[in-house]
Amino acid sequence: METNDNNLISLQDLQVHYRIGGGIFSEAKTVKAVDGVTLDIRKGETLGLVGESGCGKSTLGKAILRLTEPTGGKAFYNGKDLAHLPKSAMREQRKDLQMIFQDPYASLNPRMTVGQIIGEPIRTFGLANGGIDARVQELMETVGLSRRFIKRYPHEFSGGQRQRIGIARALAVDPRFIVADEPISALDVSIQAQIMNLLERLQAEKDLTYLFISHDLRAVRHLSDRVAVMYLGKIVELAPGKDIYAEPLMPYTKALISAVPVPDPEIEATRERIILKGDVPSPINPPAGCRFHTRCAYAIDACRTTVPQLAEIKPQHFAACIRINADNPNIHANHEAGLGALQQK
Amino acid sequence: MTNNGTILSVKDLKTYFQTEDGVVKAVDGISFELKKGETLGIVGESGSGKSVTNLSIMRLIPEPPGKIVGGDVVFDGIDVRSLSIDEVRKIRGKRIAMIFQDPMTSLNPFLKVSTQLMEVTQLHLGHDKTQAYEHGVKMLETVGIPDPRSRMDGYPHELSGGMRQRVMIAMALSCDPELLIADEPTTALDVTIQAQILELIKDLKARMGTSVILITHDLGVVAGMTEKIIVMYAGKVFEQAPTKELFSTPANPYTRGLLKSVPDPAHEQGKELYQIPGLPPDVAHLPPGCPFAERCDRVEDICRKEYPPFVQINEGHHSLCHFAKEVYEESRREKAAAA
Repeated sequence: METNDNNLISLQDLQVHYRIGGGIFSEAKTVKAVDGVTLDIRKGETLGLVGESGCGKSTLGKAILRLTEPTGGKAFYNGKDLAHLPKSAMREQRKDLQMIFQDPYASLNPRMTVGQIIGEPIRTFGLANGGIDARVQELMETVGLSRRFIKRYPHEFSGGQRQRIGIARALAVDPRFIVADEPISALDVSIQAQIMNLLERLQAEKDLTYLFISHDLRAVRHLSDRVAVMYLGKIVELAPGKDIYAEPLMPYTKALISAVPVPDPEIEATRERIILKGDVPSPINPPAGCRFHTRCAYAIDACRTTVPQLAEIKPQHFAACIRINADNPNIHANHEAGLGALQQK
Repeated sequence: MTNNGTILSVKDLKTYFQTEDGVVKAVDGISFELKKGETLGIVGESGSGKSVTNLSIMRLIPEPPGKIVGGDVVFDGIDVRSLSIDEVRKIRGKRIAMIFQDPMTSLNPFLKVSTQLMEVTQLHLGHDKTQAYEHGVKMLETVGIPDPRSRMDGYPHELSGGMRQRVMIAMALSCDPELLIADEPTTALDVTIQAQILELIKDLKARMGTSVILITHDLGVVAGMTEKIIVMYAGKVFEQAPTKELFSTPANPYTRGLLKSVPDPAHEQGKELYQIPGLPPDVAHLPPGCPFAERCDRVEDICRKEYPPFVQINEGHHSLCHFAKEVYEESRREKAAAA
């Protein structure tokens, strides 16, 4: 396959389908958690991945690192297809590919000291030249923890400090790519800013590439170079961070952005909010055609049958909607003008 | 007594907990008045005492280890602290209702939605089964649950998070309460569902004239929902002001820090975010001076030595800070410069 030198990770039609049920009493069903994602992650960038819970964003992150097995498609890193590597070869690659988890309470072994937790990957990959403790202490300092804490256990730390431990563990192997899965959502407001600044500083210092998964659009906007919006297992919009906020194309993205409350009473008093009706449909039996049509204010008959493809509507700005194209990018205007399903280019 | 439209008045409320680690002053002197139809926001980080404030109002503090050690809570002329438990129960759920953060654990998973909804009105309004059932259906309809009749006979696990929170709200509003206390009602929900629930609370408030206390850590949520705000830190009220004034001209360094540390979508990406350094203090071992001194960007010697005064800035605007007036002036200057 062609691999562009600017891309660190290149996903091609990646799929994660789970089979559930199929016991004595129930019929087997397939959950299409990730359903054909094609996406490039460029060297040194932060790609933000947003969407509601259940849209498959965490599964996608895990599938890239094979913490969840992909059931189809390819995931290229360094010319190798991670999705089809044998387990042992994948293990070797994990040195470059790390993850930071959402829950700083559940993701650290309570019976290990901080030194053991951060030291484990170093030991596993035999990376310690000199003492492991010296390397661990250096890492602790990098993430803003006092090196005196090396003998302490996770329960002795606050949520923000535990997240720092998780970050230090990810950094221990000098990775090139980090999947950060909701790393700040469990933290207090004043601590969120600290962790976001830390992630940015580390990226600059260590030349890291991030996939930043979050439902917090403000945080994603702040950290990401490009943002991908996911809905029911599919990427529906992809654009540079500032474009996606200034001129979102998809009705779903518009609704997501407008749902975020702004900490300014004067803006809140006047702005119009798009309230989406209902919940995300179940990924077990996703709607046919465009998966968003059940909640979309602009849906027409064709949306119920045609599956929209991700297309470049403006330079670097991709969207998957049959009612917009490069000549008519504004769905609201198209709707007013009575334009039906536009020809896809 | 409390007339002129005041529904709830809290004066110098103090709730302490006895722990192995010493006395934790979870809430240490909070005062406010809530008028009929008004919404008050209480903002703070975890451990700031915002939830304990509420539980104290409802007399839901587990005792021991907790105890309301001082202050008054007057609800519509009734001194809540002097009531017997039976008398409190008559108010709780009927005249004061509560919604909690986690709609999964607040609903009983073994009972049908109908059973849980009917219990409230059977108990408080003396409804018989048919009346209670019909009332339940009506309430589910009010909170925007599609096909309420079939939902009545379902179980909580069959509902999504947003739907469960709607059921909680339906239950809370069944008896047409005068005061609704919502403790982080949207924290566990997606932004799109959060927007739905906030819109619902706003709408119900306008229709029913309910007073609301909204507890949250999200400054964005209170900005559009409330008339006044209390900012809590380490069990203390750090700032208290009408919503507009709090956001435009905060008079406390902690409030200023919180406001600045929220990423603003309008700003360019890549700029370093303002951060409040350090960690919230251990409430069991507070230093003698200001509890925020260690993290404050304008700390001076006096802050570490002396407990700060609660300074009045304007009508209804107070700040716990040695330099409240200076901080307020600073905010005003910044505001003027930005305009």
